[in-house]
Amino acid sequence: MIEIKNIHKSFGDHKVIDDVSFVFEQGKTNLIIGESGSGKTTVMKLMVGLHEIDSGEILYDGQNFPVLGVKEKQEVRKKIGMLFQGGALFDSQTLEENVRFPLDMFTTMTKEEKLERVNFCLEKVQLTGKNKLYPGELSGGMKKRAALARAIANNPQYLFCDEPNSGLDPKTSIVIDNLIQSLTHEFNITTIVITHDMNSVVEIGEKILYIYKGKPWWTGNSKDILKTTNPELVDFVFASGFMKEVFNAVKNR
Amino acid sequence: MNLFFHLGRYFILIKRVFSKPEKLSVYMKQIIHEIDNIGISSLPIIAIISFFMGGVITIQSAFGFTSNLVPLYAVGFTVRESMLSEFCPTIVSLILAGKVGSNIASEIGSMRITEQIDALEIMGINSAGYLILPKIAAGVLIMPFLIAISMFLGIAGGYIMGIAVGAVSSYEYVFGIQAFFEPWKLYYSFTKVITFAFLITSISSYFGYYTHGGALEVGKSSTSAVVYSSILILIFNFLITQLFYT
Repeated sequence: MIEIKNIHKSFGDHKVIDDVSFVFEQGKTNLIIGESGSGKTTVMKLMVGLHEIDSGEILYDGQNFPVLGVKEKQEVRKKIGMLFQGGALFDSQTLEENVRFPLDMFTTMTKEEKLERVNFCLEKVQLTGKNKLYPGELSGGMKKRAALARAIANNPQYLFCDEPNSGLDPKTSIVIDNLIQSLTHEFNITTIVITHDMNSVVEIGEKILYIYKGKPWWTGNSKDILKTTNPELVDFVFASGFMKEVFNAVKNR
Repeated sequence: MNLFFHLGRYFILIKRVFSKPEKLSVYMKQIIHEIDNIGISSLPIIAIISFFMGGVITIQSAFGFTSNLVPLYAVGFTVRESMLSEFCPTIVSLILAGKVGSNIASEIGSMRITEQIDALEIMGINSAGYLILPKIAAGVLIMPFLIAISMFLGIAGGYIMGIAVGAVSSYEYVFGIQAFFEPWKLYYSFTKVITFAFLITSISSYFGYYTHGGALEVGKSSTSAVVYSSILILIFNFLITQLFYT
């Protein structure tokens, strides 16, 4: 479980995050949603320590992450898996080397054990047999899946996904969403997904935090969000005609 | 103020680079990879340049020494002195600053803008140490060998071309390259090479590591890496020469 308490962040005079609190539960896909520029990626970067908070607390199973020393932070980070928006796979390494990388760095596994684990992770993301391919040889969807395999290689307790569906077609997006959710349930991971894709919200949103202009505006789940009367959230959710039709269908059911 | 900002940030980065590696075996593999990337891949260009420069210095000296008071073995002596003292350690290092420096800065800069460095940090890895230490170690280890090869090829190029164009006889050239040899000049040359190797790899890594933005900024970082490495090579060349000669 990860809990954020009253976190604030400003860049110069510009306040980006204003008193955000939320509990990200273990074994659930926790979503942070919001418009572009609302501060959702900043919240995630604050949580993993890529930016420093101005005030507040970020508790990883009770450990206040921002006040930890460098080594203690590294120990927490070893329990984190992260799927970046662009994949962030290492270009000079094959898929197998990419997925094996955290195992090489932090485990004492034998070569055979590592290969077995790599193959297991690649199978989980439906990339069996693609071990020797380089990131440059993969499609956008395959890159995301490969990055997900790397993120889960070292059995993370916490999984962060930054806009996992950006740039993907709807069918591949659903595959990625389902993968994230099934991995979360299977390995009981605390998963945090940053997204503005409403399809993902409806599909996998077990717990949702809606951020509006850097403030926590609404919390709930995928069922609650379709019934919301919060005007800003209604604008966000039903911005597309497709979502309006979904909403009407749910209402008439 | 800008200078002090960069100096401070550079030394903070260097401190992070030399902190204890997470896993030595992974770093060793990286060093071997970087030796190939920085050293072996630079060998052809260095070989060609050194060989022809040796030849050109031989011909210029042979036809330039017009006085009967200057013996022809002075040609071999001149080639050896210029190759060992200045051309190989300094000019070849400047060439490497262009080739290796831009390569390092653009590689690390691209990793920065595509979030690969963030990925390393989030995995709990000291990204500065993992990315930069193997490059510095590889540069400092392999560059003396590259320069030694360059010295040999420069002198050999002078011999082959000097004989081929009839500028100097074999006996005079060989006598010249052995004449008045002072071994301390090799210490001087290799001290310079090791210093320059550190400067090229660390400065280029610094500019790559702190790249912000997109492809345009990666290009700018590459340019800055080459410019500042070259300037610092010239400054340290002057300082080391002062130390050894005075």
